[in-house]
Amino acid sequence: MDALLTEGGTVLAAFWMTVRLTAVSALGSLVLGTLLTAMRVAPLGSLRAAATAYVTVARNTPLTLVLLFTGLGLGANLGLELSDDIATNNFWLAVIGLTAYTSAFVCEALRSGLNTVPVGQAEAARSLGLGFVRTLALITLPQAFRAVVAPLGSILIALTKNTTIALVVGVAEASVRMRELVETYGDQVIEIFLGFAAGFVLLCLPMGLAFGWLSKRMAVTR
Amino acid sequence: MFGRSLYAVFAVVAVTATGCGGGQDAYASIVDKAKTEKKLVIGVKADQPGLGLRTPDGSFTGFDVEVATYVAKQLGVEPSGITFKETVTANREAFIEQGQVDMVVATYSITDARKQKVSFAGPYFVAGQALLVRADDAALTGPEALNGKKLCSVAGSTPAQKVKTEYAKEVQLQEERTYSACVDRVLGGQLDALTTDNVILAGYAAQHAGKLKVVGEPFSTEKYGIGMKKDDTNGRKAVNDALEKMFADGSWTKALQASVGSSGFTVSQAPQLERY
Amino acid sequence: MTYANLYEVAGPRGVRRNRVLTGVVALVLLALAYVVYVRFEEKEQWAAAKWAPLLRADVWATFILPGLAGTLAAAVAGVVLAGIFGLVFATARLSEHAWVRVPAAVVVEFFRSVPLLLLIFFAFFGSYALIGVNVSAFAAVVFGLTLYNGSVIAEIVRAGVLSLPRGQREAAYAVGMRKGQVMRLVLLPQALKTMLPALISQFVVLLKDSALGLIVGYDELVDRGLNGIAANFSNVIPAAILIAAIFIVINMALDRLAHRLSRPGTRRPAKPALAV
Repeated sequence: MDALLTEGGTVLAAFWMTVRLTAVSALGSLVLGTLLTAMRVAPLGSLRAAATAYVTVARNTPLTLVLLFTGLGLGANLGLELSDDIATNNFWLAVIGLTAYTSAFVCEALRSGLNTVPVGQAEAARSLGLGFVRTLALITLPQAFRAVVAPLGSILIALTKNTTIALVVGVAEASVRMRELVETYGDQVIEIFLGFAAGFVLLCLPMGLAFGWLSKRMAVTR
Repeated sequence: MFGRSLYAVFAVVAVTATGCGGGQDAYASIVDKAKTEKKLVIGVKADQPGLGLRTPDGSFTGFDVEVATYVAKQLGVEPSGITFKETVTANREAFIEQGQVDMVVATYSITDARKQKVSFAGPYFVAGQALLVRADDAALTGPEALNGKKLCSVAGSTPAQKVKTEYAKEVQLQEERTYSACVDRVLGGQLDALTTDNVILAGYAAQHAGKLKVVGEPFSTEKYGIGMKKDDTNGRKAVNDALEKMFADGSWTKALQASVGSSGFTVSQAPQLERY
Repeated sequence: MTYANLYEVAGPRGVRRNRVLTGVVALVLLALAYVVYVRFEEKEQWAAAKWAPLLRADVWATFILPGLAGTLAAAVAGVVLAGIFGLVFATARLSEHAWVRVPAAVVVEFFRSVPLLLLIFFAFFGSYALIGVNVSAFAAVVFGLTLYNGSVIAEIVRAGVLSLPRGQREAAYAVGMRKGQVMRLVLLPQALKTMLPALISQFVVLLKDSALGLIVGYDELVDRGLNGIAANFSNVIPAAILIAAIFIVINMALDRLAHRLSRPGTRRPAKPALAV
């Protein structure tokens, strides 16, 4: 346990980076995922096609490559610079990559949630004179959200674990720190692994429990 | 039948998947293996131009590959008997210990920590940390000039940290996963320099002749050795003898010149062997 | 599905308005694509020298096809072993005995929480300390893929079994089946069938995740293909676009398969699933 204790500060800092990446990307994915869902059910064919194409590409590309595209494509070639400071810049590039990837999964979940909302709900809304945007935003989406709390929880857990791939754009989160520790303290590989694994279990397990509880509470009884 | 056939498929593939074992060699020393089988498996880098690079025709080129071929020949193995296998920084020791390769010639720095697990012949090259910058960049002449600049290095390597603590406190560090990614970003102008061993940099400078150059007096020493099994004393001696011959008959200089010479990298003296 | 129930069928004015808006959206998207195109053009990403190598037969033979083979080998082994792991642990978690159920739950929850990257990395570097043997990169990757995806599959299968009508189980007991038979012959086959789309999307995840093998130097599509090509031709972006396209094609084919298999009542009536 020596390695983890002596390096405790930097390990915690690395996990703090993991938490920040997760939180910001989760928020971004929720917003972008909702927007994509709206686009996929919109009356305009071009919006639907664009959203479908986007989701297909983002969902089927390995995250490693998605992050490579944000780092090299957006950052290096399109000249997107979010901060003068490299570390901050990389953080935001990682957030963009994780959001771009995760929002496709959020969109898929929400769309299947929309399928669970009875047709009568939307029809009743329309008969009250609500247009597309208001039918979606006030009637169907809120019910869809309640139906997919559990899948969204799984996506959040996956996102937390996926932040480890942010090392592709040079963000020093927990997995990078673990590799460095393994290189320095080669004799304590098992302790180091168990320590980092425990960190992720501590992050993910409560999320799973919370979302399980929430999904029961929020479930729409029909 | 859906369920039963599914189980059957699982069972069959599980048996085949777990049934394959790793390669084992029964020889005490690579000298014996070279003599009896006339074959060697040598670990090299596959993505470093000028040192060890897998080319589209499937063969390997570079200085490390030249050295490996020469040494193998001295041990009695013709080029046709050599199988080159890609190794990456993370798996070199593991490959040697597992017997997946007989020796490793892959910009492999001799360090005390590594000597605990494997043994080294050589060094066959003494590299030093330097900088790779754009050819038209006149301002960047060495690590001291890096203040306020953006420096690239490969994840998990200490050289960049060393520049920051010892030469330029205000430098900004960018970590990439591969050198190619760094080179791309230096060429593109988002980053100003890449730091690692000068001979690796020279390989890239040679690949992008006229666009990139190596600057800065080497500010560290890295001794590249040929790694093999820890207890293979005979092998170490034989490889050292082979290297000695390579230094003496001019093949060493020729190989280095051919691999990275076009970058303008000046070929240094052959190093002193460190037998132990 | 068009979700037409979310909005009124447009009248003549609505149709006109929608046409105009569709045009506007298309224009905006095209403009965006144009900006990307021009920016990439400035950085010479469309240069023929960067794309031409991707069409060469030797590039495919040396980099892409071996990489693809590595990716598929890891994915197939991973799917099979993860499938077995998932079936075993799903059954265990459904057991009436707490001493089976609780440990199974702990194992599943643990591996569901630990990132795959850590698992692969640990398998590769920790295997020596743990079992005294160094494992190959392939074994490390398959180990990680199995535990990580296996625990997810266990949850999917368990949810599938729980979603079945109670009558299925009761009827099976009523005709005199034992516990094992009920699970193996009645519940699991039905659960697998209803959960097939979810299982296949998990297999897509698994296939994509095999790309993480590059962390321990496993020869898969991203390492061998992307990095190998980029080291020779310094064309990271074009090579990455090609590799991504290959992944997308394979995964879309898997998706298609999932849709075909799960479409109710068309090619595969519900009967065969029960006729075990």
